[in-house]
Amino acid sequence: MTAATLPRTATGRFWALAAALGVVVLAGLGAAHFMEEAGHAITGMNNRIVWGMPHVFAIFLIVAASGVLNVASVGSVFGRTEYKSRAPLSGLLCIGLLAGGLAVLMLDLGRPERMIVAATHYNFTSVFAWNVFLYTGMFAIVAVYLWTLMERRMNGYSGAAGLAAFVWRFVLTTGTGMIFAFLVARQAYGSALLPPLFIVMSLAWGTAVFLAVQAALYAGSDRTIPPEILRRIRNLLGIFIAAVLYFTLVYHLTNAYFAKQVAFTRFILVDGGVYPLLFWGGFFVLGSVLPLVLIWHPRLGTPRSVVAASLLTIVGAFALLYVFIIGGQAWPLEIFPGYATSSTFADGTIAAYAPSLPEVLLGLGGVAIALLIAVVGLHVLPFAPQDDPEARAKASASA
Amino acid sequence: MSEVNTGRRQVLAWGAAMAGVALAPGVTLFELAQARSPEEAASNKVRWGMLVDVNRCASDCDACVTACDQENGLPQTKTPTSAQWIRKVELKDLRTGATKSAPVMCQHCAEPPCVDVCPTGASFKRADGIVLVDRHTCIGCRYCMMACPYQARSFVHEPVTGQKPEVPRGKGCVESCTLCVHRIDRGGTPACVEACAASGHKAIVFGNLNDPNSELSQRIAELRAAPLRPDLRLNQGVRYAGI
Amino acid sequence: MINRQALAGRATPSVRAWWRTVVAFACALSVLPAMAADAPASRVPAPTVAIAAPGKCVEDTPFMLRNHMELLKHHRDKTVRDGIRTTQHSLANCVNCHASKVTGRVTGGKDAFCESCHKFSAVKLDCWDCHTDRAQAGLAAAGAGK
Repeated sequence: MTAATLPRTATGRFWALAAALGVVVLAGLGAAHFMEEAGHAITGMNNRIVWGMPHVFAIFLIVAASGVLNVASVGSVFGRTEYKSRAPLSGLLCIGLLAGGLAVLMLDLGRPERMIVAATHYNFTSVFAWNVFLYTGMFAIVAVYLWTLMERRMNGYSGAAGLAAFVWRFVLTTGTGMIFAFLVARQAYGSALLPPLFIVMSLAWGTAVFLAVQAALYAGSDRTIPPEILRRIRNLLGIFIAAVLYFTLVYHLTNAYFAKQVAFTRFILVDGGVYPLLFWGGFFVLGSVLPLVLIWHPRLGTPRSVVAASLLTIVGAFALLYVFIIGGQAWPLEIFPGYATSSTFADGTIAAYAPSLPEVLLGLGGVAIALLIAVVGLHVLPFAPQDDPEARAKASASA
Repeated sequence: MSEVNTGRRQVLAWGAAMAGVALAPGVTLFELAQARSPEEAASNKVRWGMLVDVNRCASDCDACVTACDQENGLPQTKTPTSAQWIRKVELKDLRTGATKSAPVMCQHCAEPPCVDVCPTGASFKRADGIVLVDRHTCIGCRYCMMACPYQARSFVHEPVTGQKPEVPRGKGCVESCTLCVHRIDRGGTPACVEACAASGHKAIVFGNLNDPNSELSQRIAELRAAPLRPDLRLNQGVRYAGI
Repeated sequence: MINRQALAGRATPSVRAWWRTVVAFACALSVLPAMAADAPASRVPAPTVAIAAPGKCVEDTPFMLRNHMELLKHHRDKTVRDGIRTTQHSLANCVNCHASKVTGRVTGGKDAFCESCHKFSAVKLDCWDCHTDRAQAGLAAAGAGK
């Protein structure tokens, strides 16, 4: 296939979009610089809420990066041709989201200029150190995978590369979940359910991101997504959303069952103010129930409602991560069981947190980095899905 | 010059030791044997620890906190973003309603979760059991703060000036109680322990956990002191009596 | 005062750190205008290396010029990790000798000992983010004469 047969987004649209995203990226970098100069005192984070808004964004991007590769995996690992033509876009988005998430994570460090230290000093008992390898490995594997997909002479290896990426992203998301699962003393974390929960979250959020980007891409080039393909990916999204709902339910049920966790579960789900509101309103209603209705209601499931479902899933993802990361830290550590505690260091109290503009800008900068990589990639190389049946037949014949 | 120094130190030590033998056999002799020379590395023959006797700790006293702030050049104002290496926690027994007060600082675990999770190895445990942050390799990721069960660590949220020469600290790194390692290396005791004794409460005892005859070990045995959250099995260096 | 000895650093280039030689060379070059009045003035202000407490440093000058960072790093790891607190190569000891008599500091101004040379050679100073750059009255300088 040649580049000429692939429709590209109009050059004018490309530049306008790239410039807009560039501005957001610059705003994010500026915010990071401000945070580094003035210190984290200008953020809402403090000694109790040590991970804040940047981590909500970064973990969303990294988890979605793993899941967005789903579409490619279905094509390469399970051999569905209609998915295969979407594999390059899926790989490109994976690299973009991963880069955006890692940028946010690194720029939020107290000493971001010391990244070289993180690259030269490893403590192999640390899940973080494992993740450094998992993330860099992911970049390498997906890059090779894209090469096998897009270089005709390498097409024969795309199955193997796709399988490697498929396995690697499960390990990667398990690693991300373990960052929290290995925290023994925190009521919200330290659960073996977290790695599988992170995997289903990655599937749902990645698919949602893919559908949203694909819709924008088709709208931008005045094409329509073939109904058959839309129906399949739509159903996939529905199943994944239901799975996240199920795992989240089980996670809270087990917590509510353990006597020592009851108070915490009550806090997150009932009387914790903003956290139950975000959990039920943001994650449950907007981010799960509504998308499921939009997807599977007999009179809905149209391209427009699928886009709405995808965007709502992303909204729900942010709500869930906010509750999980910030709500989890807001709950006090139990240092003296059997005692009510108070101190100058906020012992025994719910920690206060109000996200500040710089941290939100940094997070949005990460999202813009991800999208900018996707937009530039789509402009310069034929990453866009190819639906022309003839070209598809040719592509599969050459593979 | 350094040889001269060592020689003189030795003479002084022997003199003091002889006085110690006459005054307080056992205790004094042992403390002297632990003072290292500056060129000698910390050794695992010693494990530094503390005992907090909660029954002796007074609610209205924060001498340990003030002494720590002074010794380490920490901010006097207590905000959610200011460093607090030691804090007084007011306790109210949920069953009896009785109130107590106890200082909480880094518990210097033998199995420290902060050291396990640190990606660069900046969080480390010294041979003599003191858990420290090497600020030269700390990247400020704050994973150790997530992992610590005692909320003992602080992140430096703002630029710092006017540091103490022996306690360097700066923006962007995580820090916590060092057990006044710079004083211990000179053969001294932590500032909080000294201040608590000076206040007359004598609620904090410092010493070597490895030596069964140290005042610390004997008091721990006598008061049946236990670590905080013993269920976590971290084998902390700080023990509490009366909780 | 850095003298021509510093140039000797060029004759024995260290394999493990060639850039150190470059820095030494740059520093040495910088004082040349001061020594040779007819040399063209540089656009970059030359570092002023004035030492408040003159005398012998803990090692000789060309060695210090090229290796002070290695000494400091070695000492820092020994102190932080092992609790070895000898004074000869400690940062506090450097500061006590090299702090300006006027300001009592090694940074903060173009005449400050550390800052002047590091500004000139464009090597970022990280030490003073955490360490105090002020000489301490209580600590006697242990370098000179040792």
